[in-house]
Amino acid sequence: MSLALILEQLLNGVQFGLMLFLMAAGLTLVFGVMGLINLAHGSLFMIGAFVCAAVAGVAGSFWVGLVAGLAAAAAAGALIEILVIRRLYGRDHLDQVLATFALILILSEGVRMIFGPFPLYLSVPDALRGTLDLGVVEYSRYRLALIGFGIATAIGLWLLIARTRLGIRIRAGESDREMIAALGVNIRVLYTVVFALGAALAGMAGALVGAIQSVQVGMGEPVLILAFVVIVIGGIGSIKGAMVGALMVGVIDTMGRFLLPRAFALVLEPAQATGVGAALASMLIYVLMALVLVLRPKGLFPAHG
Amino acid sequence: MTFAGKAAAGIAALTLSMAAAQAETVTVGMITTLSGGGAGLGVDVRDGFRLALEKSGNENLHLVVEDDAQRPELAVQIAERMIQSERADILTGIIWSNLAMAVVPSTVAQGVFYISPNAGPSALAGANCHQDYFNAAWQNDMLHEAAGQTANELGYENTFIMAPNYPAGTDALTGFKRYYEGELAGELFTQVGQTDYAAEIAQIRASEADSVFIFLPGGMGISFMRQYAESGVDLPIVSAGFSFDQDVLPAMGEAALGVINTGQWSPDLDNAANRAFVEAFEAEYGRLPSIYASQGFDTANLILSAMETASVSDRDAFREALRAADFASVRGDFAFADNQHPIQSVYVREVVEVDGVLQNRIIGTAFEEHQDVHGADCQM
Repeated sequence: MSLALILEQLLNGVQFGLMLFLMAAGLTLVFGVMGLINLAHGSLFMIGAFVCAAVAGVAGSFWVGLVAGLAAAAAAGALIEILVIRRLYGRDHLDQVLATFALILILSEGVRMIFGPFPLYLSVPDALRGTLDLGVVEYSRYRLALIGFGIATAIGLWLLIARTRLGIRIRAGESDREMIAALGVNIRVLYTVVFALGAALAGMAGALVGAIQSVQVGMGEPVLILAFVVIVIGGIGSIKGAMVGALMVGVIDTMGRFLLPRAFALVLEPAQATGVGAALASMLIYVLMALVLVLRPKGLFPAHG
Repeated sequence: MTFAGKAAAGIAALTLSMAAAQAETVTVGMITTLSGGGAGLGVDVRDGFRLALEKSGNENLHLVVEDDAQRPELAVQIAERMIQSERADILTGIIWSNLAMAVVPSTVAQGVFYISPNAGPSALAGANCHQDYFNAAWQNDMLHEAAGQTANELGYENTFIMAPNYPAGTDALTGFKRYYEGELAGELFTQVGQTDYAAEIAQIRASEADSVFIFLPGGMGISFMRQYAESGVDLPIVSAGFSFDQDVLPAMGEAALGVINTGQWSPDLDNAANRAFVEAFEAEYGRLPSIYASQGFDTANLILSAMETASVSDRDAFREALRAADFASVRGDFAFADNQHPIQSVYVREVVEVDGVLQNRIIGTAFEEHQDVHGADCQM
C-alpha cells in the first residue's frame, strides 16, 4: 500500500465530504431557521442535475447548464416553499415528513414524465478533463475542481451568514422567530429566501456531481440519507457542524471502503474478506452516527445551546 | 353410431375444447422496476413484452404491470396481491436477483408459474429449482463465464474484478473466475446503487492489473464509466452485456466506446426473428431495443407459444408446453436444460458508434449451446 494510494483516497474522501456539505448545509439551514424537516431536499438535487444535463445538451456548455440547474433548483425551491411548505411551519415534524415525502414522489414522477425513465448524458467540461500531476499522485482535474467549488461555497456561505444583513436575519430567525417578526422583518420572505438558498445549494451539488454520475430519477435519495447522517453528527441547525460532519462522513466512508476489506484479508480468505469488509464498510458511518449520539446527543456542534 | 360418426363427434368435441382453451384468458402479472436508477431495465422488459403481445394479436393474455421500485419488500407485497386478488396464472418481470429470491419461492409454492425475463440467481437454478420456475433469459453466471473466457482469449493475465454485493454480484465474480485462467490483481464488492467509485478506481490504479472486469448494471455502470474515463486509468475493460447495453450506452457516451462485453443477444444478430424485432421496436418506441427488451420479447413469445397448445388450467400440459419452448427466439436457437434455464450461445460484442448512436456489434462467439453448471444440483 503506497503513500500515493492513501493520499488519493484522502482526496477522494474530502471531495465526497464537500459535496455532502453542499447538500447538508441547505438541509441544516432550513431546519435551523424554520424548524422544518425537508425530505424533498434530494429531489432538488435531482432537479439541478436534470436541468443541467438538459440545458448543457442543448447549449453545448456545461457551465451554462450549471447556472441553469442552480437557478431551476432555486426556483423550484421557492415555488415549493410558497405552495406547500408555508402551510407546514406550525405543524409537528410528522406532518412535515409526510408532506415532504409526498413531494419526493410527485417530483420524481414529474421528472420522469418530462425527461423519461432513461438516464441522461452530462459530460465533464473539456477544460477539466483528464488528470493533474500533484507530484505524489495523479488526480482527476474535475474532482480537484469539485474540492475547489466546495471550499469556495463554504467560505461564501460563511461570509453570507456572518457578514451580511441577510445573514444577521437568518441568525436572528434561528434564535427567536417571534422577536424578529415583531421587529418588522418580513419573516415570510426571509423563509422563502432561505429555502431557495438551500435548494440552490442542493441543485448545484446535483449538477456538479451529475457530470461524473448517472443523472437518473431517484438519484437524490441516497445522498439525502447521508446528508441527514451528516447533520445529526454535526448538530442539527449548525453550518459549522455540517462542514465537520460532512468531512468526517466523507473521509471515514471512503477510507472504510478502502481499508476494511484489506484488514479482513489478513485473517480471512480473500473472497470472504471482500464480502465481510464491504458489508461492514457500508455500516461504518451509521456506527459513527450512533457513537456521536451516545456521547453527544445533540451532535458535535449543537446550534441551540 | 358408425365409426365415422364417432370420429366426427370426437373431432367436433376436440375442436370445441381447443376453442375453449384458446378463448380462456391467461392473466400475467408483471412485477418490474419502473422507477429509480434501475428503471431503464424494467421499462425495456415491459416494452419488449408488450410489443410481442401486440404483434401476436392474441387478446387472451391479460397483462397487469406494477412497479417494484427495486425494493424486495414491495415486490413481495405486489406478488401476493397479484396472486390473491388478480388471480394471476403466471408472474414475470423481476429484474434484480435479490427481489427474485424474495418473490419466486413463495410464488411457485402457491401453484403459480414464474417465468423470469432477467434475474437468474444460482440458488434457483440449482438446489432450489422448481418445476414451475422457468428462466427465459440466462442463469446469472452465464454471461460472466463468457467474459472470463473472453479475457483469456484477449490474453489478459492480471485482471481486477468488481461487482456489487448482492446475489447477482457474487454470481458474476464466481462465473468470471470459473473460466478465467489468469491471476487476479484485486477483487472488490461495492454497494448496490453506489454512485461514487473514486475509492475503487484508486485501488485499480494502484494495482498491477492489465485489465478490469466489472458487473455494474443500470446507473451504477454509468457512474463508474464516467469516473473511470476522467481518472486517467486506461486499462481495457471486459464485462458482461448487462453493464453495456442500450439502456445505458447513450448516457455513458464515448467513455464506453470499444468496451468488449458478452451477451446472448445483440441488435445486429442475424436471424429473421431478430431483424423483425429490432425494426418493430424502433418503429414503436423510437429507440433501439436493449438486451432486456429482447428478453421481455422472448418471455412473452414463450408464454404465447404455450398458450397455443395447452390450457393454463391444465398445469401439467401447460408446463410441458413451456418446456418445449416452441417459439422463434430473437437470440436464435433456444432450448431449456433440465433445470429449465436456457441452453444458448453467448456472443462477444464491442461497443461501436453507428450513425451517431452507440450500440453493440458482434465480433465473435464465446460459447455455443452453453449451459449453466448449477443444473447438477437441481433435483426436479
